Formats: sequence, structure tokens, C-alpha cells
Amino acid sequence: MAERELKKRSAPAERESETNEDQDSGAKAKEGEELKAKLDAVLDEIDEVLEDNAEEFVRNYVQKGGE
Amino acid sequence: MAIPKVCGVETEYGISMVGVPDANPINTSSMLINAFVNELSGKVGWDFIDEAPGRDARGFAVDGSLPPEVETNLVNTVLTNGARYYVDHAHPEYSSPECLTPSEAVLYDKAGEVVLRRSMAAARRLLPAGQEIVVYKNNSDRKGNSYGCHENYLMDRQVPFQKIVKQVTPFFVTRQLFAGSGKIGSEFPNQKVGEVHYQLSQRADFFEEEVGLETTLKRPIVNTRDEPHADATRFRRLHVILGDANMSQYSTFLKVGTTAMVLAMIEDGFLDDADLAVVSPVEALRRVSWDVSMSLPLTRVSGGTITPLDLQWEFASRAKKYLVSRGGDAVGGQEEAESIVSNWESTLEALETDPMSLADRLDWVAKLQLLIGYRDRHQIAWDDPRLAAIDLQYHDIRPERSVFERLAIRTIFNDEQVQEAVTEPPHGTRAYFRGKCLEKFPQNIAAANWDSLIFDLGRDPLRRVPMMDPLRGTAQHVDKLLSSSKSAQELLDALGT
Repeated sequence: MAERELKKRSAPAERESETNEDQDSGAKAKEGEELKAKLDAVLDEIDEVLEDNAEEFVRNYVQKGGE
Repeated sequence: MAIPKVCGVETEYGISMVGVPDANPINTSSMLINAFVNELSGKVGWDFIDEAPGRDARGFAVDGSLPPEVETNLVNTVLTNGARYYVDHAHPEYSSPECLTPSEAVLYDKAGEVVLRRSMAAARRLLPAGQEIVVYKNNSDRKGNSYGCHENYLMDRQVPFQKIVKQVTPFFVTRQLFAGSGKIGSEFPNQKVGEVHYQLSQRADFFEEEVGLETTLKRPIVNTRDEPHADATRFRRLHVILGDANMSQYSTFLKVGTTAMVLAMIEDGFLDDADLAVVSPVEALRRVSWDVSMSLPLTRVSGGTITPLDLQWEFASRAKKYLVSRGGDAVGGQEEAESIVSNWESTLEALETDPMSLADRLDWVAKLQLLIGYRDRHQIAWDDPRLAAIDLQYHDIRPERSVFERLAIRTIFNDEQVQEAVTEPPHGTRAYFRGKCLEKFPQNIAAANWDSLIFDLGRDPLRRVPMMDPLRGTAQHVDKLLSSSKSAQELLDALGT
């Protein structure tokens, strides 16, 4: 079941989509705008997600030992 | 004919104790796992008898090499999904159960994140206000300390190890094009500050050898640990240590799927005549990681050059032919194999034409796109700590602090499927027998290991059930037996052990 879902979702590179280039590029441009809008929305909120003091947080993140 | 590429992913998580400066990471990791285990019933210990991580696949002991230590005094547990959850050195580590397909490996890797998330919640309930244990699914602290995300693949013992090394190395050097998780800057010693703004891989900076036994010093591209956790006369477990921990399901699927495919081809002699070797693979590994434009060519051993993408195309096009002539049985069936190859090809095409279009699928692209967006919006330089914080928090698995969760990354499995995999083992490997016995007879399991279960029936001696073949003990083999056995005694009697 999972494999089928994955195949379906791999659509961007499927050959059929190349047969109608106009439609394809139109759709792509629209898709591009949507993606940009989504990224902008994430950028609007990201400071709330980030740790309060980035410099201190990054400096204090130390990992010793492993594997 | 290649044997099924039974596979699994083991992840060491980065760990922080908020509110306690200089907390001991070993104690913190133990506390985290204990908090989780104490909320579960039926804790079962791990059995170390067959552990021999110092054995070398090349058939000799290396002078001066330091085999990893096995720490028997630390927390160690087995989950009903067949996974092992324990403290490895100074990190909490989740080793997925043995999976029959790469997509299943994705599912159980994601289930591991749920286990860690529940552990953090359990620890929070025990800790005083102001203290919190936080884990990160990444591979570096940006200060030169690295910890691993290792993969394991079942291989036929008859395939000469040197052949595996020769043929898989160029693949490992270049698979980071889609399997990398991305990182700001470089931790390679003496690398000039500012020369590498961003690179494809978290791990490439830390590799120094082409082949060897180490995992913490002088890390090799191909690790030679010869510890099959199975019948050593028939099987080998290829222990792959150079990968990044991926947040994106799609990145993990491509990483494990393409690797399983390449290993199946090696086993079937399908790469014997291929001209794939590159000069100085260790240096090439770094060069590929540092070159986000993916255009710097690699030097071929046979002369001339090849771009990393073209080298990947060599493997992918062979895989397509392999699928036609040999089928997909070795990598989880025809449908799974077709999915691996078609996704591999479409990813390479997109990397060639429009890499940023993969921001909804590949970790290094998703992270880079966000970093560039943030940098441009705030007009800051690459060394701004806010960008480094985004880099770290991309891998924070707390929903409220995870940068990854804010991005619309495609998934293969939904939340419900991932939640189910936290308790339900894979059906197609011996993990099924391990997990179901733990679920059904927790009070009778004295210890568990990858290749055996030890039962305690309340009298001497303890009884060991060997599981030397990863493909036996599946739901198909043992489901009837398990459901008809009312007690562990009945089960063992029926098994005749």
C-alpha cells in the first residue's frame, strides 16, 4: 500500500506530463508561486519557533562521544 | 541470485539537558530511556553474548584499531516493534527492527522519532520545572563532534568483501546528492572559515579512510565490521556508517532504496564491467558535499572526469536494466523496486534541471531553501547564529520547536501508520517473532538479541531460541503458532527447542 502511494506521489517526473508543454509550464509557474507563498508563510512564523537566544543556543549545543 | 536486502536504520540522537549546565550526556541519555521504559510494562533486557563489534570483515584484526566497546551497564531495551532502544556511548540510540523493504525501513525509522518524542514527554513528567531533555535527529554539533546514523543490509557471504568495497565506494561518494541532510559551514580540520557556506552532507567532513573498522576515529567510507547477527556461514551484514540522519521520509527512502538496489546489483555481478571508480574517494566525498552547484567533476581511475550526477546516472541506468532482467525480488518486490528506480531517476533529473524543486522532498534542499529565504529577508551573513539555529532546529523533533515540521515536506506514511509501527513489528522478518513474543509473553522473556530470544519459564535452565536467519520467524511462519500457544511453555514445546 505504501509503495503505491509513493509512486503516485512521484508524479513530477512522469513522462506523460511532458506531452503538453504549455499546460505543464503554466502549472509549474502556478506551483512555483504557491511554493513561494508557503515559504513566506513559514518565514513569517519562524522566529517564534527559534530558540530565544540563537547565539547562546548554538554555542551551548555540544555533543561528545558517540558511535 | 541476490538475496533479499533485509535492512534497518540505527540512529544516535543528539541530546541536551535544558536547565542543567554541564549535565553528563550518558546519565541524561539513561534518564531519557528509563523514563520511557518505566511507562511501558514488560521491560526486557538485551543479551550481549553474541556481540562482537571488533570482528573485521576482511578476516583479520587490525593493529592499533579500537573496537567499539559494548557497555553492558547501560540502559538497553527491546520494543514490541522489534527495535532496540539503548544508550550508545553518550547518546540515546534507536535501532529499527529488520525490515524487508526500504519503505518499511522508512516507516520504522519514523517510528523511532515517536519513541524519542514519547521519551522526552515521559522525562518532562519526572523532571523539575525549568529542566527538559531535548533530542535532535542530526549528526553534528557544528564543533567537530559527530555521531552516526548507520544502515545495515543483509548480504550473501559468498560475495568477496573487496568487490563490495570497490563497487559501492563511488556510489557512497555521490549518493549524498539526494541523501544528504545539509549543513551550514564545514567542520573539516583547517578548512578556511567562510569557504564552505553550506554543504550537502552532515557527515562528509568526518571521513578519513576508504575502508576500515573504526566508527569514531579515522572513519572509513566502507566499514568492515563483521558482525552478521545471523548465520555467519551464509550471511554478511554490511554496516554503512557514512549516511546522514534524515528527517524527510523521501530522503530516507531514496538513501536505503538505492543502496539496497546497488548492493543487489553487486551481488549479482551486474556492476563487474562498469567503469565507476574515482580517484581519492575520501577527498571526493568532501568535494561533492561542499559543491552545492553539483558541477565540479571527479577524476576517474580509468582517466578523464565525470560529474557526481553523471556517476549517479551510471548506477541508476544500470538499476533500470537490472530491474528488467532480474526483477525486484531482492529489494522488496517488483513494485517497490520500480518505485525506487523511478524516484531515483526523477530525483536525478530534477537535480540537473531545477534542484530547488526538490525542496518538498530532500532534506538538504528544503533546509537550504529556508536558510536562503531567511538570510535574504534579514540581510544577514552565512555565519549569523540565527541561521545556525535554524540548521540545528531543523532536526529538533519536538513538534513545537521543529523547523522541519513547519515545512510542507511530502510524506510516504501518514501519522497513523507511523504510530502503529511503534508497537507492531514488521511482518516479513524475524523481527515479527521477537516483537510478538515480547508482546505476548513479556514475563517469560529473560533477554533478547538480534539473533536469539531467551525464555525464562520459571525453572532452570533458561531456554534460548536461536533466530539465525533474518527471513525466518515472519508472520507467515509463526503467526498460527503464536496465536495457538496459550503460554510460552506451549510455544517452546511446539518449536521443539
